[in-house]
Amino acid sequence: MAAELPATLQYTAEHEWVDDSSPVTVGITSVAAEALGDIVFVELPAVGDTVEAGSVIGEIESTKSVSELFSPVSGTVAEVNQAVVDDPSLVNADPYGAGWLLRVDMTSAGPLLSAAEYGALNP
Amino acid sequence: MSATGTSPQPSTATGAPMTEQHSPLHDEHVALGAALTAFAGWQMPLRYTSDLAEHTAVRTAAGLFDLSHMGEIEVTGPDAGAYLDRALVGNLSGLRVLGARYTMVVQEDGGVIDDLVVYRTGETTYLVVANASNHAVVLAELRDRAAATGLDVQVEDRSAATGLVAVQGPHALAVVEALPGLAPDPDGPADVTPATLRYYACLPMRFEGRPVLVARTGYTGEDGFEFFVDADGTPALWRALLAAGADHGLVPAGLSARDSLRLEAGMPLYGNELDRTTTPHDAGLGRVVRLDKVDADGEPVPFVGRDALAARAHSAPARVLVGLQGLGRRAARHGYAVHASTQPDAPVVGTVTSGAPSPTLGHPVAMAYVTPEVSAEGTELAVDVRGRREPVRVVALPFYRRPR
Repeated sequence: MAAELPATLQYTAEHEWVDDSSPVTVGITSVAAEALGDIVFVELPAVGDTVEAGSVIGEIESTKSVSELFSPVSGTVAEVNQAVVDDPSLVNADPYGAGWLLRVDMTSAGPLLSAAEYGALNP
Repeated sequence: MSATGTSPQPSTATGAPMTEQHSPLHDEHVALGAALTAFAGWQMPLRYTSDLAEHTAVRTAAGLFDLSHMGEIEVTGPDAGAYLDRALVGNLSGLRVLGARYTMVVQEDGGVIDDLVVYRTGETTYLVVANASNHAVVLAELRDRAAATGLDVQVEDRSAATGLVAVQGPHALAVVEALPGLAPDPDGPADVTPATLRYYACLPMRFEGRPVLVARTGYTGEDGFEFFVDADGTPALWRALLAAGADHGLVPAGLSARDSLRLEAGMPLYGNELDRTTTPHDAGLGRVVRLDKVDADGEPVPFVGRDALAARAHSAPARVLVGLQGLGRRAARHGYAVHASTQPDAPVVGTVTSGAPSPTLGHPVAMAYVTPEVSAEGTELAVDVRGRREPVRVVALPFYRRPR
């Protein structure tokens, strides 16, 4: 049921994706967005916050449920996507593009999966 | 991400021991691409496309719901009305033929076992519709109570043989009138049509020759019709309604939209606003308890829960069910604490029973039980939303009323 998983991204078991730019861009996958349904509220960390790979850095709330957002990497938050804060439906509409969540000046990464590995976990 | 959902939500493979029941419309839902969820032992559609789109469709056009998981219990016999007066809190013997009534079945201590809609299909025949989650319990209670009264009545479970679909929304009547194959029942009242069918009334009809009971009832706060039909006739009716509704904006709608619609309409959900620790009065529904009902001899009916509810009706409540308008952006959810203010040391004054963003109103809405002292309209309170205080204001229910 998941849309195509972009091969240029890496993924976590908790349904986040990261790209290979600098600072890294972080978002949630289409698998997560579809499971949540209509997203109505996104809570993100502040620019300048220190984040740790694997720790909770925010929340994504849909009409029916709330999910914690885990950071896939350690580092310092460089930017957050204000467009998503203002219009959470962007995450549903374009989870790998306009629905990006934050950018991090990364010092290290947690465990990351390829598109094939993530896809195998989420058939 | 981790999900801490409010029910219902998409099911995951957790190794549940029992196979869930399938609605007669299961294949339709799969073909429509519905996200299915486990609900009260059934696999039911949570959503087909988007919760918000389905909710909005019901408020602006029409939505089609599969409610085949609900329980249908036939109560028949010369004493059927008198029996229901004893078994339930309402006056059912006084319900006119082809009328419908919202009522409850309670314990001896007045605690609610289920909320029900009862349709009087004939002089001596009633259809009791129970929540899917309470179907077995309600059936057992009705059977036990029939045996206890010794009245001339039969209680028959028709749930497995009955499908139920609902069309809800301002275009519902247009959809029903566009349905080919829907015809009057030859033995039904000659002068009643879906257009003239009154709210909380029912009408036997035929769909492609099969008997169907059409009721002008619903759980969304909009106009609408519910169709009780044989289980094996349900798919044809569902498909015909979808086809007839195509020009009227009808879309299939799932349990998620059903929940947000009834919340906006201020309607209770058993398991949230109602449970065995609540009396009808606690939920602001004391009007369904007819302490004044009398039997054929003019004697007060000794219905189950009568004494406890009589005492409750005349005592000061310990808590009051209120509506809470969210003044912030985050929605309170079932079980969250209500505080006297946003101050960190503000005491807890209640608990949220249901809460969600309101698509129609554009702000969060919730229902909560609070102490009487803070229950006046306009009182400013706060809800603890996962560690942070969100401001709310007490408002009258319902949050939404359809334009008349």
